[in-house]
Amino acid sequence: MKGKQILLGHGSGGQLSHELIKEVFVKHFNTEELKLQTDSAILNIPGELISFTTDSYVVNPIFFSGGNIGKLAIAGTVNDLAVSGAKPLYISSSFIIEEGFPIADLEKIVATMADEARKAGVKIVTGDTKVVDRGKCDKIFINTSGIGVLNPEYKHIGTGEKITPGDIILINGSIGDHGMTIMAERNDLNISAQIGSDCAPLNHLISEILETGAKVRFMRDATRGGIATVLTELSEGRNYGLEIDEEAVPVKEAVRGICELLGFDPFYVANEGKIILVVAKEDAEKVLEVMKKNEFGKESAIIGKIVGEHPGKGWIHTGIGGKRIIDMLSGEQLPRIC
Amino acid sequence: MKYIDEYRDKSLVQGLVKEIKKISVKEIKLMEVCGGHTLSIQKFGIPALLPPNIKLISGPGCPVCVSDRKFIDQAIAYGRLENVIITTYGDLIRVPGSTSSLNEEKASGRDIRIVYSTLDALKIAKENPGKKVVFLGIGFETTAPGTAAGIINAEKQNLNNFYVYSSHKIMPPAMGALIDEGVQLHGYIAPGHVSTITGSGIYDDIPKKYGLGCVISGFEPTDILQSIYMLVKQIENGEQKVEIQYKRVVRPEGNLIAQKMMADVFELRPDWWRGLGVLPASGLGISKKYEKFDAEKNLDVVVEPTKEDKGCICGEILKGLKSPKDCKLFGKGCSPSDPVGACMVSHEGACHAYYKYNR
Repeated sequence: MKGKQILLGHGSGGQLSHELIKEVFVKHFNTEELKLQTDSAILNIPGELISFTTDSYVVNPIFFSGGNIGKLAIAGTVNDLAVSGAKPLYISSSFIIEEGFPIADLEKIVATMADEARKAGVKIVTGDTKVVDRGKCDKIFINTSGIGVLNPEYKHIGTGEKITPGDIILINGSIGDHGMTIMAERNDLNISAQIGSDCAPLNHLISEILETGAKVRFMRDATRGGIATVLTELSEGRNYGLEIDEEAVPVKEAVRGICELLGFDPFYVANEGKIILVVAKEDAEKVLEVMKKNEFGKESAIIGKIVGEHPGKGWIHTGIGGKRIIDMLSGEQLPRIC
Repeated sequence: MKYIDEYRDKSLVQGLVKEIKKISVKEIKLMEVCGGHTLSIQKFGIPALLPPNIKLISGPGCPVCVSDRKFIDQAIAYGRLENVIITTYGDLIRVPGSTSSLNEEKASGRDIRIVYSTLDALKIAKENPGKKVVFLGIGFETTAPGTAAGIINAEKQNLNNFYVYSSHKIMPPAMGALIDEGVQLHGYIAPGHVSTITGSGIYDDIPKKYGLGCVISGFEPTDILQSIYMLVKQIENGEQKVEIQYKRVVRPEGNLIAQKMMADVFELRPDWWRGLGVLPASGLGISKKYEKFDAEKNLDVVVEPTKEDKGCICGEILKGLKSPKDCKLFGKGCSPSDPVGACMVSHEGACHAYYKYNR
């Protein structure tokens, strides 16, 4: 690849664009569909129900401990499909790049995306690149869309319509890692901490859970707004309530430390590799065991249950034995974290 | 986590609750003056632990909440001047002014930046010599020394583009005024970090003049419960006095260096408090010695007429006369994402804490 930085011409559609596509994107993503260089990819999709999702990534900084914007762009979209019960298959990726962006950095991001896609077993089949004038976007923004196939048996998982009192709520590990990593790495805050983002594609963990045959009632990835937001979505307007045991929710020491320092509540801090799931009581232990065996579920825990009381509301039993309500995040706790 | 977990220990908490229940007979109302206490009390779910004869009410100790809406309006007016950068603590950013907020102003292109300390604001001033940097000074004795340090450093560094717009206030006048207004109280859970600076002497008048006990409390659950225990004991024994529970941080004489800096940089002036009106010698203006850093004296602005919201009972809530749940707007017209009054905006505001943790 000639040159060291992105020029406006790399987004022109001409010679430079073609070079960039060939020598960065196709080189790393390396799928048959991309190599054909057609205007749209033709996909072979088995089954009847299709899951489709899209997400844009604008995280700042673009490289952080535990990942980069490219890892987020693949893991985030894969997870959105997987938590709906779908098997992710194909991903599109669009880049908006600021003029002057180092090509070496772009290549690092693209290589990470290719690597994550391979791990997740998805193919990047189409994409687009636009370059904007210096100062018109901050370094690089990525949009990814994803398609997956959904087994009709899992159709209820996205909405949680089969949740009943007595069901158990689980999480696959510690909360707040991503949000506090980003916070600690922002230039304007001089905090150094031994933490990294939890950003990871969770589709294999999820398929291992589903393969147990357990009655999985609900899954959602707890990204922006933290687990408090998912737990509020899980209870608001429903005819059951939730009870969460604060002490059972794993939080890393460093994350707690930064939260204490800056006045954040870890329940509201973003994650990029955490799912909240609800399973039937009789299956909870079995699911927990399977989760703990996966590399992204080692610290999995049962954190609460669905109850018939206080419908529409979630209560947290605090570590000291008191209780408080769970509510959604209002406004931005921390802008541009994903 | 060290120094945190010890103070959130369940068995210690339960022991304290047991002791409180053992000695508490009278029906009492205790006011936590400080917004930080309100937040802890709601976050840890402390009210559910107390016997029904002990009621906790929230006081005027959220600086954003008690400040005049005109403060926001004037800050916005500074932000609209050419070549001005507004630097502020995050708490102020979403507080509604009469027709706008700092957040909305930022979205429409004004240069408004969140800082964690006045030193960040000084850094911005140094890096932008062609601009005027205005720091919005808000808070009680806790944050006032930080602002004073900022001004003293600006003087040392010969900065001529750094200004402070001060809304700083001091706590004791409001604590006295509440009782004068007829608010029924039996004791104060007194602010921990204010007292770290001032020492415990500032509350001496409260037991003397009003016969009320003051216990200076820390912010962890065991701190708050121990303070409640100490107040209950005082009340049951009829021995109202000033005591320090938060001994690991607060000394009777306070932080003398910080006090000296405050005395150097600020002078007392009458100030307006939401719910209490103008209280004499309750606000901190910038002293003559440092007046070149005073935004009010050096930057001319036209401030739009202040409009207060109808229906919002922030004033009554700040006096402890009403609870957030008594407000018609609570959770309906007024929520953290669409706040009417300042008490719903600030994390330390009673309405916000109730909405978030105890709706």
